[in-house]
Formats: sequence, C-alpha cells, structure tokens
Amino acid sequence: MRKVFAILLLGIFGYYILNTVLNLGFGNEPGTVGKHYLDSTINNIGCVNTVTSIVVSYRGFDTLGEVTVLFLAATGLGAILYDKKSKKREIQHASLIVRVSSQIFYPIIVLLGAYVFVHGHLTPGGGFQGGAIIATGVLLMFMSYRTFETNHNILSWIESLAGILFVSIGFTGLLLGHTFLENFLPHGVPNELVSGGIIPIIYIAVGFKVGAELTTLLDNMLKTIRQ
Amino acid sequence: MIWLSILVFVLCVVLIVAALFAIIQRDLMLAVIGTGAVSVILSILFLILQAPDVALTEAAIGIALTTIIFIITLKKTTRYEE
Repeated sequence: MRKVFAILLLGIFGYYILNTVLNLGFGNEPGTVGKHYLDSTINNIGCVNTVTSIVVSYRGFDTLGEVTVLFLAATGLGAILYDKKSKKREIQHASLIVRVSSQIFYPIIVLLGAYVFVHGHLTPGGGFQGGAIIATGVLLMFMSYRTFETNHNILSWIESLAGILFVSIGFTGLLLGHTFLENFLPHGVPNELVSGGIIPIIYIAVGFKVGAELTTLLDNMLKTIRQ
Repeated sequence: MIWLSILVFVLCVVLIVAALFAIIQRDLMLAVIGTGAVSVILSILFLILQAPDVALTEAAIGIALTTIIFIITLKKTTRYEE
C-alpha cells in the first residue's frame, strides 16, 4: 500500500515537473523581472555590473544571510576542532621548487583576490570570489611552509569588524532612508572605481570577512592532521 | 560557432566521464581528483555560457578549497572504500 502511494505521488510530481520544464523553453526567460533589472540598474544604482547590483543592492538582505551562514559554519567547525593546546601543523615542508614558486605566486594571488573584490561593481566577481581566492593563496603557503603562521586574533578581529561594518551600513540606510541596506551614498559616474554608492564598501567588507573566515577554517583543519 | 559547439560537447562528455569515475572509483583519493576535474570542466563551461561570476566561484571554491578539505578528511579517516 505504501509503495503504491509513493509511486502515485512520484508520478504526480513527475507529471507537473515535466509539464513545467517542457513549457519553459531552454534559454527563454518567461518573466519580465530580469529585463527590468537589465534596463534600470544603471539609472537607479549607477552600477554597471547588473549581477553585483542584484546580489548586493536589490537582494542585499539575502547576501547578509549568506555571510551569516558562512560565519556560523566557520564558527561551528572551530568549536568542533577546538583544542586548548596550541597546535602546530605537522606536514613536512614541500620540495624546493614548490616553495620558491609559491613564494612568488602568494603575493600575486592575494593581489588578484583584492582586485576581484575591490572591482566587484565593475568586473565579474565580488566579495565571495575575492575572499575565496585570497584563502587559496594562503592555502598555498600553508602547504609549502610548515612554519607559516597566521595570527588568529587579527583574523577574528578582521572578520568581526567587517561583519559589523556590513550590518551598520544596513542600519544607516534604514535611518537615512526607508529600507534596510538602502543606497544612501551618492551614486557617482557609472563605470568608475568610486561609483555605485554603498556597493563597493559592502563588497570590500564581504571580501575581508570571507577571506579571514576561510583562512581560519583551513588553518584549523590542517592543524588536526597527525603524522 | 561550430567549433564552440564541438568544444562544449566534448567538455560535457568528459564531465560525465569524470563524474562517473568519481562515483565508481574505490580509491577515494582518486575520486576526489575526479571531483576536482569535474569542477575544472564546469568552470570552463560556465565561462563559455557567459557566467564569469559563477566561473570564478567554481574555480576558487570547487577546485581548490573543496578538494583540499576532502583530502584533509581522507587523511584523518581511511583512504579506501570498503
């Protein structure tokens, strides 16, 4: 009886999903919301990257939620792996070629990450991508040098300050305007580095926060490996 | 344009092969490498489909961070599937 019921339910679900997918048409956007965003972003916000304007401005509250989720994940992992003894990574040094080339590449990768999140409102990318690229660069140094250390106090300060900056910008918008995360700064000339109001500030904060979080997470995990 | 379509087709085939390899493989370290290959191809496909934002995310998180976290986990547990 239960199996028949399950098959019946699956059939009904499958019918409706198939119906929807067949009527949708691949690549054709049936709604009008996307077109509205594409047409009116530059006039309303002064930000040339429509994806960034949606992620940070129109749907800025969702981004705050994502940042919170990432923060909770990093905190939970830190709580699980917490140990009172200060631990050291036990992986041995990498070979000479890897060490030398990682010393060359580390500053370049960090610079690329900073570029990606500073130019989030002009070019593809943004806070999350930039932060992840920075964490990748630090990971390269972690794996090449056993003695390379990051200061956890400074990292958690950066993380907290960036989070507080994001939320306080949101509340400033609520005070000066009407809604949370309202774009209260002057929009400036589109396609310039200082334009788009609060979008660059928020993305720089998100970039610092994500970079610090992922670096801490990787350091915590790498320190648990025993030879 | 026809070359781009052929490239996309080849990439999709390699993507499916790599994903199947990651599922079937008993040696989990090789399976992790398979998921890394899936991420590389996905990132190229996102770039071809004009979604550079997603391609950047996939490149940084899917290729580097996820692979490393899986490898650390394998180091702490067992390497071979029972």
